[in-house]
Amino acid sequence: MPLYRDEGIVLRTQKLGEADRIVTLLTRGLGKVRVVGKGVRRTKSRFGARLEPAMMVDVQCYEGRNLDTVTQAESLASWGDVLARDYTTYTAAAAMLETADRLTEEREPNLQQYLLLQGALRSMAEGLHDPGLVLDAYLLRALAIAGWAPSFHDCARCGAEGPHRAFNLAAGGTVCPVCRPVGSAAPAPETLSLLAALLAGDWVVADASQGRHRREGSTLASAFLQWHLEKGVRSLRLVDRRDPDAQPRLDSRVTWAPAPLSVVKTVEEAHAAAQAQA
Amino acid sequence: MYEGVVQDLIDELGRLPGVGPKSAQRIAFHLLQADAIDVKRLVEVLTEVKAKVRFCETCGNVAESEQCRICADPRRDGTAICVVEEPKDVVAIERTREFRGRYHVLGGAISPIDGVGPDDLRIKELMTRLASAEVTEVIIATDPNLEGEATASYLARFLRPMGLRVTRLASGLPVGGDLEYADEVTLGRAFEGRRLLDV
Ligand SMILES: [Zn+2]
Ligand SMILES: [Zn+2]
Repeated sequence: MPLYRDEGIVLRTQKLGEADRIVTLLTRGLGKVRVVGKGVRRTKSRFGARLEPAMMVDVQCYEGRNLDTVTQAESLASWGDVLARDYTTYTAAAAMLETADRLTEEREPNLQQYLLLQGALRSMAEGLHDPGLVLDAYLLRALAIAGWAPSFHDCARCGAEGPHRAFNLAAGGTVCPVCRPVGSAAPAPETLSLLAALLAGDWVVADASQGRHRREGSTLASAFLQWHLEKGVRSLRLVDRRDPDAQPRLDSRVTWAPAPLSVVKTVEEAHAAAQAQA
Repeated sequence: MYEGVVQDLIDELGRLPGVGPKSAQRIAFHLLQADAIDVKRLVEVLTEVKAKVRFCETCGNVAESEQCRICADPRRDGTAICVVEEPKDVVAIERTREFRGRYHVLGGAISPIDGVGPDDLRIKELMTRLASAEVTEVIIATDPNLEGEATASYLARFLRPMGLRVTRLASGLPVGGDLEYADEVTLGRAFEGRRLLDV
């Protein structure tokens, strides 16, 4: 198949030559692909702005010998543009994109990781929750999809019913007094409940959590991820964890301007809409 | 692979930005066939540029002494500073002849995935400059891409409480293009940056 079409999210871009970029996409159907966007760095490029990180696009590519080339790109959601307007959401989104890049393989379909990333970016762009919480929920669930689901209630070793106080990264989460390895941590019970809520997608519990538990939870979620990935996720170091107790979002110092979001469409819907128009 | 020094030349050229292995090979053989005098001139310019040119202590632009030409020019307006990513952006803006103030070169944009954070850019130097100088307006002219946009939001967060007029270069439609070909992100930005028509 010399020509293919899929829906995807831009994970990262790298400069290539004078005006091109290599664009890494996580697609719905094909998994991760690396494609060349020709001339996208020129200000007159037809689709340069659509092939920026955290943008969701409907792309058509021509299969090449080494790298494929983008021939068409239509925007499905321009989350990147919204997220970059606020430093906190920008850094949190960058950490999600880098994690998605690390947890997926080229040309190996991974619909679950795709849908998770899509939901997390949308949620962050809509600004309904603390961006730090959205990031941590994403990290925990991405790990779970990768087969490394942490435990925050029962014993990660023997399965003994919790709650347990001791927590051990290497063991996989909370551990009972019998299994507990030497040097295990003892985070606040509220932190463990928060992490469990984030993993389960219980936003009522998560939104009601306190700043210090969010901070402790972030540290544990990041540590979990770094434990499972050989090389650290660079973006995590730069995530701007603003004081979670402060009123988020509508702080006038922050340049947050909630722009209208493009409606998210699937390729099929976009296609049908285009046909209806024609 | 070639013998010894020829391969060394290809390897060195291949480390330059935008030069792939094929181009490196082409340039290497061009140099091998060129007149000795031309190559000597190239070598001299390279040596001279490394010896003479450094970065302006005030703004980070390329300079031939402690201060660059623009910082040293007393006719430039000291109340406005235009913040750019690279020295080549200074050149691009100077070409417009629209701006008579001074510059501040950050040395890049914030890019978490590449490990580039605010501390890796010349942001502290900018703050020091603003605290002491007669500056009243800061124009942020970072690239109109995500990294440039995020760097601008980061800067705006610190600059606004300082009571300065902070503006961002409008990014919009390319002159000479048709509206229908503009993508929605560019068109959206152009709407935000719209201005009153002078009557
Ligand atoms: Zn146990
Ligand atoms: Zn200077």
